[in-house]
Amino acid sequence: MSIDKKITEDLVAAKIGFVTTVPCKQLAGVIDEIDRHPDIFHIPSNKEDEGMGLCAGAWMGGTRPAIIMQNTAIGVTINTLATLIQYYRMPLPMLISYRGELREPVACQVEMAVHTKALLAELKIPTYHFHKQSDADELPNILDYTFMCNKPVAILTDANFWGGYGDQ
Amino acid sequence: MIRSEILKEIAPILRDQLVICNIGIPSQELHAIDDQPTNFYMLGTMGLASSIGLGLALVQKKPVIVIDGDGSVLTNLGTLPTIANNVAPNYILLIIDNGSYGSTGDQPTYAGRKTSLAKMAEAAGCERVIECRAEETGQVLQEALDAGEMTVIVSKCESGNAKMPVITMDPVVIRDRFMKAVEA
Repeated sequence: MSIDKKITEDLVAAKIGFVTTVPCKQLAGVIDEIDRHPDIFHIPSNKEDEGMGLCAGAWMGGTRPAIIMQNTAIGVTINTLATLIQYYRMPLPMLISYRGELREPVACQVEMAVHTKALLAELKIPTYHFHKQSDADELPNILDYTFMCNKPVAILTDANFWGGYGDQ
Repeated sequence: MIRSEILKEIAPILRDQLVICNIGIPSQELHAIDDQPTNFYMLGTMGLASSIGLGLALVQKKPVIVIDGDGSVLTNLGTLPTIANNVAPNYILLIIDNGSYGSTGDQPTYAGRKTSLAKMAEAAGCERVIECRAEETGQVLQEALDAGEMTVIVSKCESGNAKMPVITMDPVVIRDRFMKAVEA
């Protein structure tokens, strides 16, 4: 099974039925799988804070949500994470492409990568880092944990996890 | 007519519905006029009321009314194409457009100048968009509920706020009682 399919099946097995995405080249395959899956309502959002609002509504309506986005989004969503998701105690798995790590070809991506874990730590957001594909074996436990504790939880997936960028 | 007068007038229509209410003075006014477990008050995160309401409307069947403001919609304009392209027939976005940022000292918004939020909603692809005068809001809102179609209402009113107390209810209590009301 491809890693994209495995991640999608893990989301479905965790009863996640509403996924919002802001795209990333690394996440393209998993976004395609999610879009095709009959048990998931896929709603692309224009900005990640908008996406978190959609997820908050879906969860209050009884459907488990998730958001898929780049790590640059942590810079965009700090207020939303603090004053909506954390303040009202809502669960939100965040599958994040960790741009700017090893094998990254675009230098500017490193500028947010160096802040990503520090910002997540400052927000006291439980954070997991997938570097090898076998790390994704933990995904079902991470999803259970997220809905057990009603917190946003970050899953950082770096370029090595996704197999690099072609010739990189 | 100012926003609090509109809210007083439409309170009997809102009472039995799921309502997501915009941050700041709008939530304080609705809370003081007619607090209900079916009201979700936003205490932070300007701009996301329409998104929260859309997520809620897409996963369950009860009508959802979002009470938003022109300033808040302007801060999350990406919401309009998302609403238009993910049609929820049980979704009503009521933008109370007083042309100002009411909660921060009534500074003018661009919606009070050249910008038409109704035309922006139409350009985004929203199919049922109604701009009305403040006095017509109750009637237009009731018609939208009866129509059972996704509707964006832009109610043009005067700038101004009623003096109401800050909401001191714990956010988890607001959220928990709201979720129980959704499920009921």
